[in-house]
Amino acid sequence: MDKKVLASTLKKNAMLVVLVLVYLFFMVLTGGGIFRPTSFNALISQNAYVYILGCGMLMCMLTGGNIDLSCGAFVCLLGAIGGVLMVIQGWGTGISLLVVLLIGIVYGCGLGALVAYVRVPPWIATLAGYLAFRGLGTAILRANSSTGSIGPFPDSFLDIFSRIVFKTPEGVMNIPCIVAGIVAAALVVLLVFRNRAVRLKKGYEADSFGAAAAKSGIGAAVILLVMYKLSLAGGIPTVLLWVTGIVLIYSFITSKTTIGRHFYVVGGNIEAARLSGVNTKRIMFLAYLNMAVLTSISAMTVIARFTAANANAGKNFEMDAISACVVGGVSASGGAGSILGMVIGATLIGVINLGMFQISLDANYQRVVKGFVLLAAVVFDILSKQKQK
Amino acid sequence: MAKILLEMKNITKTFPGVKALDNVNFQVEEGEIHALVGENGAGKSTLMNVLSGIYPYGTYEGDIIYDGKVCEFHNIKDSEKLGIVIIHQELALVPEMTIGENMYLGNERGHKYAIDWNTTYAEADKYLRMVGLSESSKVQVKTIGTGKQQLVEIAKALAKKARLLILDEPTSSLNEEDSRALLDLMLEFKKQGMTMIIISHKLNEVAYVADTITVVRDGATIETIDNHGTEQVSEERIIKGMVGREITNRFPKRDNVQIGDIQLEVDHWTVHHPLYPERKVVDDVSMYVRKGEVVGIYGLMGAGRTELAMSIFGQSYGTNFSGELKIDGKPVKMKKSEADAIKHKIAYVTEDRKGNGLVLSQSIKVNTSLAHLDAISSHTVIDGDKEYAVAEEYRDKLKIKTPTVEQLVGNLSGGNQQKVLLAKWMFAEPDIMLLDEPTRGIDVGAKYEIYCIINDLAAAGKSVVMISSELPEVLGLCDRIYIMNEGKMVGEMKGSEATQESIMAVILKSGRGE
Repeated sequence: MDKKVLASTLKKNAMLVVLVLVYLFFMVLTGGGIFRPTSFNALISQNAYVYILGCGMLMCMLTGGNIDLSCGAFVCLLGAIGGVLMVIQGWGTGISLLVVLLIGIVYGCGLGALVAYVRVPPWIATLAGYLAFRGLGTAILRANSSTGSIGPFPDSFLDIFSRIVFKTPEGVMNIPCIVAGIVAAALVVLLVFRNRAVRLKKGYEADSFGAAAAKSGIGAAVILLVMYKLSLAGGIPTVLLWVTGIVLIYSFITSKTTIGRHFYVVGGNIEAARLSGVNTKRIMFLAYLNMAVLTSISAMTVIARFTAANANAGKNFEMDAISACVVGGVSASGGAGSILGMVIGATLIGVINLGMFQISLDANYQRVVKGFVLLAAVVFDILSKQKQK
Repeated sequence: MAKILLEMKNITKTFPGVKALDNVNFQVEEGEIHALVGENGAGKSTLMNVLSGIYPYGTYEGDIIYDGKVCEFHNIKDSEKLGIVIIHQELALVPEMTIGENMYLGNERGHKYAIDWNTTYAEADKYLRMVGLSESSKVQVKTIGTGKQQLVEIAKALAKKARLLILDEPTSSLNEEDSRALLDLMLEFKKQGMTMIIISHKLNEVAYVADTITVVRDGATIETIDNHGTEQVSEERIIKGMVGREITNRFPKRDNVQIGDIQLEVDHWTVHHPLYPERKVVDDVSMYVRKGEVVGIYGLMGAGRTELAMSIFGQSYGTNFSGELKIDGKPVKMKKSEADAIKHKIAYVTEDRKGNGLVLSQSIKVNTSLAHLDAISSHTVIDGDKEYAVAEEYRDKLKIKTPTVEQLVGNLSGGNQQKVLLAKWMFAEPDIMLLDEPTRGIDVGAKYEIYCIINDLAAAGKSVVMISSELPEVLGLCDRIYIMNEGKMVGEMKGSEATQESIMAVILKSGRGE
């Protein structure tokens, strides 16, 4: 491969390169601690909410840089409601989840209608929820528990959101996990090459053999590494199934469906979209309905992880989701961005968090570092794109 | 022979991957008006940017010799110091500021830290009188019209002690009357000894005002035409240089004209302004278009043509609609929805391709399929290969110049963008196409290609309505011409019988309320 191709490939995947560098940096700093199997488990379970909310936030941002400030506070409120239903009232897990989801849908419809049809600017419409929901959630928690925290949750609930599938003791290789990893890696390779073969057959532009091999090779290697590490940490966390499922679904929606295309063109030029027959209001409505639904799922994974609902749940989640998107190259003015980019952005932030925690940096300084790293990442991304032109 | 004021010698400017200027030589005599003409992207603006120091010394090859000296301009300030002032196509005035503030923006009078407003306004007034404006320099720029704003730009240039004034498309946003006034002002300045370079697409203006015309094509100066004589050089002569071939006919002949039944009929159609519902924007308009027919709607700015077309297209403009639409003789009740209009096989190709026509941040492929995604998807899942094939098909059909259909539309030239816009609507397979200023802001060659496309559409049995402000285009292309003024249809003529004079006469008559 000549230097030019290498340089342009690196620029195109600038954030991926940053992720690798940051990871290596912490690898040295933690003396390999971040490479331990338990770190992989922690990275996934601690950041599951960022991936899930990031998918929703991405859809909102695509429509024109719109954001949802209320999702973090909504997580707190839904957690409190879930806690009351399952722990205090003793309702069944299924019916409780259904109620929580319904509340999410109702809020999403209301918010979507406000944004799309009443035309309230999204950040104001969601600022109301940001202020109100945490207050309401805390009040509910206080009214039902002297400590302000409701728990523990029933096993049937935890099984769905925060356990490990076919758990084996730590250090022992978990066979189902490894098998799943091999199957997934093989699928990636297969899909990349099948796609290439189809394009070649029809005479379209396609990746060179080397590029396809590199692309699928890196993808497969990452999957195998993660699954290998997870297999030593007990197996696949259930929350990984949720995250993978949601990420795959939204990746498909954004890249392959007409509705996903509509999100991009609404953000790219809303007037052109409207005059091309796109129902732009419906897209705005769906963006916020979808966000609320994903927030409900995210809320469940969070209270399951802490096995308790408390007033601090979901704090700054909205900022984490926005950061993941922005670091992942989602345009702040809408119309551009991908799920894969968001996943890379979220992982980068997750690695930084975990790394700083492992070297036991003071929590205040952690925030300072995070702020600067975010800024640096985005500046780096913008600069590398400018040079591309 | 008069003294050469400016000579640009062997200028070569390369951008990554493109040679924008290739060994250009260009001379301007002192005291003349020199026109620079060429198609979009030919390199006119690049050449002027080199001259004014926007592309600093060292980023190009070749020499600029001004007033006998070789110059090295590192920025605009350097060139302005020597009296080379450029007035850009887009007005660069701050609407909220006064005329005086605008004129001395970046060039403030007085001390370093305190602006001397008395001197500023006194001097500004002096220059305003020179360009024939009687306004006080203390009024806000937003309160005067675009014609006067353009004059303020010139006054601003004069305040910089301009010796060589460069005007980039100075009349593009002006109406006929203001344009003429501006050109006459240029002739006046010439008498006083000013040297000027004008870049313009409007060849009649160039022929009127310029002493010498230099034609730029593909980054090289092709020829210099002398226009000192009493006989004005013909537009055809200039066009020949611009496109590199003789265009014997600026409008392609349409053979095999087969005009069928009435497809769309608009009956007593009235539309009100969306914000001021008491105002009628389209007033009791009746018109029709037949299959295979090209119908022109001519009118001045603000005549209500765009509003008429958009209101027909799924009521995408206006409120309080009354009247009736008939398609194939049957009345249709269309919802207030663009998607519904597309379902009724109507397409509206906007006049504002960047504003509401194309998604510039997306590829040609995405833009082409946008209005008819159903055709390339099943159960809302897009067939990427099919989409690619469709985009390729239209790229071939409309001769869109691009390395790949994955190219972002924002990177294309105006003419190619217009073709993508047409491709989008042709792919939507409409029967009725409402084309709003389909050739606005694109060069002669691309215009010809668009005309061919329009003729092909009509030959394929589509009903084409073409809105245009360019009379020659309407006369050259249309089978029938409607004339609109102040929201009303004021006339209808056969294309073969209409002339510029007869159409203008109709508008003038209606304006007087006869």
